[in-house]
Amino acid sequence: MAEYTYKLPDVGEGVVEAEIVEWHVREGDQVVEDQHILDVMTDKATVEIPCAVNGVVKTIVGEPGEVLAVGTVILVIEIDGTAPTQEAAPKPAKDEAKADSSPPPPAGEVSAKRTEGASAASEKPDAPKPSAPPSVPGQARDTSPASGGGKGAAPAPAAPSRPSGERALASPAVRQRALEAGIDLSAVPGSGPAGRVTHDDLDDFIASGGRLASRSGAASAGRAPRTGVETIKIIGLRRKIAENMALAKRTIPHIAYVEEIDLTALEDLRAHLNANRKEGREKLTIIPFLVTALTKAVVDVPQANAHYDTESAVLTQYEGVHCGIAAATPKGLMVPVIRHAEALDIWQIAAEVKRLAEAARTGKATKEELTGSTITITSLGAMGGIVTTPVINHPETAIIGVNKLQVLPRYNADGQIVPRKIMNLSSSFDHRIVDGYEAARLIQAVKAYLEHPATLFME
Amino acid sequence: MSERKTRKCQVLVVGGGPGGYPAAIRAGQLGLDTVIVDKAGLGGTCLNRGCIPSKAFIHAASKFEEMRHLAEKSDMGLSLSAAPQLDMAGLTAWKDGIVNKLTRGVGQLLKAARVDAVNGWAVFRNAKTCVVALADGGELEITAEHVILATGSKETELPFMKFGGAVIGSTQALELTELPEKLVVVGGGYIGLELGIAFRKLGSAVTVVEALDRIVPLYDGELTRPVTMWLKKNKVDLHLKSKARGVVEEGGKTFLEFQTDQGETQRVEADKILVSVGRKPVTDGWGLETMGVDMDGPFVKIDDQCRTAMRGVYAIGDLTGEPLLAHKATAQGEAVAEIIAGHKRRFDPVAIAAVCFTEPELVGAGLTPDEAKARGEEVITGKFPLAASGRALTMEGGADGGFVRITARKSDHVILGIHAVGKHVSELSGEFALALEMGARLEDIAGTIHVHPTLTEAFAESALAALGHPIHISA
Repeated sequence: MAEYTYKLPDVGEGVVEAEIVEWHVREGDQVVEDQHILDVMTDKATVEIPCAVNGVVKTIVGEPGEVLAVGTVILVIEIDGTAPTQEAAPKPAKDEAKADSSPPPPAGEVSAKRTEGASAASEKPDAPKPSAPPSVPGQARDTSPASGGGKGAAPAPAAPSRPSGERALASPAVRQRALEAGIDLSAVPGSGPAGRVTHDDLDDFIASGGRLASRSGAASAGRAPRTGVETIKIIGLRRKIAENMALAKRTIPHIAYVEEIDLTALEDLRAHLNANRKEGREKLTIIPFLVTALTKAVVDVPQANAHYDTESAVLTQYEGVHCGIAAATPKGLMVPVIRHAEALDIWQIAAEVKRLAEAARTGKATKEELTGSTITITSLGAMGGIVTTPVINHPETAIIGVNKLQVLPRYNADGQIVPRKIMNLSSSFDHRIVDGYEAARLIQAVKAYLEHPATLFME
Repeated sequence: MSERKTRKCQVLVVGGGPGGYPAAIRAGQLGLDTVIVDKAGLGGTCLNRGCIPSKAFIHAASKFEEMRHLAEKSDMGLSLSAAPQLDMAGLTAWKDGIVNKLTRGVGQLLKAARVDAVNGWAVFRNAKTCVVALADGGELEITAEHVILATGSKETELPFMKFGGAVIGSTQALELTELPEKLVVVGGGYIGLELGIAFRKLGSAVTVVEALDRIVPLYDGELTRPVTMWLKKNKVDLHLKSKARGVVEEGGKTFLEFQTDQGETQRVEADKILVSVGRKPVTDGWGLETMGVDMDGPFVKIDDQCRTAMRGVYAIGDLTGEPLLAHKATAQGEAVAEIIAGHKRRFDPVAIAAVCFTEPELVGAGLTPDEAKARGEEVITGKFPLAASGRALTMEGGADGGFVRITARKSDHVILGIHAVGKHVSELSGEFALALEMGARLEDIAGTIHVHPTLTEAFAESALAALGHPIHISA
């Protein structure tokens, strides 16, 4: 019984990895030549992978959503006959005009199919190198002869003229540091005996910007190519964020809606409240006002304060507003939740925002404080920006982004140009659930509350 | 059929030997949800039937031999009035006690690192999923994000004389409850010689049959000469360039038949025939073929981060090729656990030192002079005989022809290899490896004050000898 090993093919120019979108076969399935077995997504396109042999699927690697490097083994097929085990990187299907036609594809997948034929990689870009011979001693060379060799006498330090690729003489700790810093030690001039690279040499090399002075000979100050490459394993919170973002973007068709809000009146009120606030109260930002406006506005657009379960096709609308507030933490993005924001006044909301942000930042937020939001607010704070297209916090149906508040010229009712405090609200909605009209209705209601702040405090 | 349970984890380690268990402990320390599966008991070959039991056995044999000598003839003013008695079953029980203590310790270390140890045999269905037939019944299906293969190696059998009856491997040799009167060792590598010498010390008549023209082929003739001398002095019958042909039973006796370099067929009588012709990786019977990894000859192919061709599957230790050494596996295991945790690591030792517990002991780290020359190096060497070491003499060493030899590049004095032969020299191996990893030159070793009176002085003296001015021998 022979095996046919598929490697993830080179699906296009410059593409080094692709995400598994969907397997169309399972382990144990019988497959035939040209059968469409897999969809993968690169940052450029979704590509169909056809099968090249007849046989039975033995092993599948990679769950949908997983990102694999080009050359990774993705499939082992047991084929009949006695041919020796083969390897293959199948050609991706040349693309038919399946995409770009109506109806729009479900989920947020890119479906512009590439039309150039991507070349199959016959070599194995990701194949490991053969393991190095186990024990080869330090290989650095110094062309200068050693001084006669009195006890402890060292020859004058000389920059090594180390042939390219030759292993540098350095202790394990120095080698490990170089590895972590992404530095090829053979490029570092060693000041020690026999060109030994010391910790100080490595410090100097890093401090000098890692110039390849010793190799290319006196690379002058000025512009030099940066040749370092750092690969970082995405784990922990970062990986969770990546998965959630991919899930949201993959399954939720986002519609973005941006509206300008005149906050001149609200800012006056806010300044007054802050100036006269009771001791022990948190200073108010715009967020508590926005949260309050949302708690009122969603009453008329309840599908925007909801969870949508794609699989069971059930929308759960909540009367209470549990407002997620996206917060930057040292580890990455976290979304602590203000529970029943509709039951809190602005001071209580301000206190809760402060407390939760602190808890998230210090890693003390509980699971309950980090889950269960029904709608989310995201703010880039002082960084602002004029527009964002926020990604919905799955499985919610709406997210509201706060942009930069700035003084801009606007016409007043009399046709005169006046300075106004203007801020954009950028929002995204799950377009499967929230129609454009409803989205606009919600944001217009929020706008009305914020531009007439007294109405925030009326029932 | 009994119930099948399932378990998901971040790291699955297959094999509880000196590669697998450190990998699991390190992974556990790093907070990864880790499961280790082993059928034959934690500690692997090393603890259960390799390094540790053989060293216990060798130590006991040396002690017995010393006492026997003292019973025959007084020495150092010491004598024994009666010959010592050997109880093989007692020796084996003592050795088993050490093994049990160590393997229990491994279990506790794994527990302390919150590693889930599963006793059973894992068979992979695909690269990330295996089914374990549990030792106490039932089945457990484990799916892991990362898999570390550490299945180790097993003794190589000769097809024409399989283990069984009088033919034994090193494992059975360490389980004997009766001393074989006549032992024939097929294979003059380090395992065959370590055990052959120990049995000789215990009183067996020992014959060694080796196909090559030298013993312990990893070491050069200069190094192995003291071992050859010991074999000769102690009447171990050594047949080089001779090939074992098979076992012959005749008249109720067992013989090993072998062909000498002259082409003659000879026979030697044996109570036990120890076949020690090498080890091979354990690649069968656990579903390796379903995992899509690439092979490198009989071994699993890995890169300098112990990654196989299959994403998320790592391999370490004997499964991945020469040298088949426990400490190499351990270093790989630690590195892989850290790589999985997202650290940057690479397995790139300058040297992996090796030790043979023959009589006398052998140590090798880095290149021998011949190997260095074959790589185009111009070398200088320095040699210091243990006969000139005060400490060696106080431990009855030095008379066996032992020495420390250092090999350095002539141009810059960077040390390329360090070798030693002699009583107790195995304990010098750590300093040898350190010198090579740190990129030491002869001057570094000569400039390090070595403690008197210890054997390590011989290392410093060998560096001085290479520099042309040793103190305790005439240059």
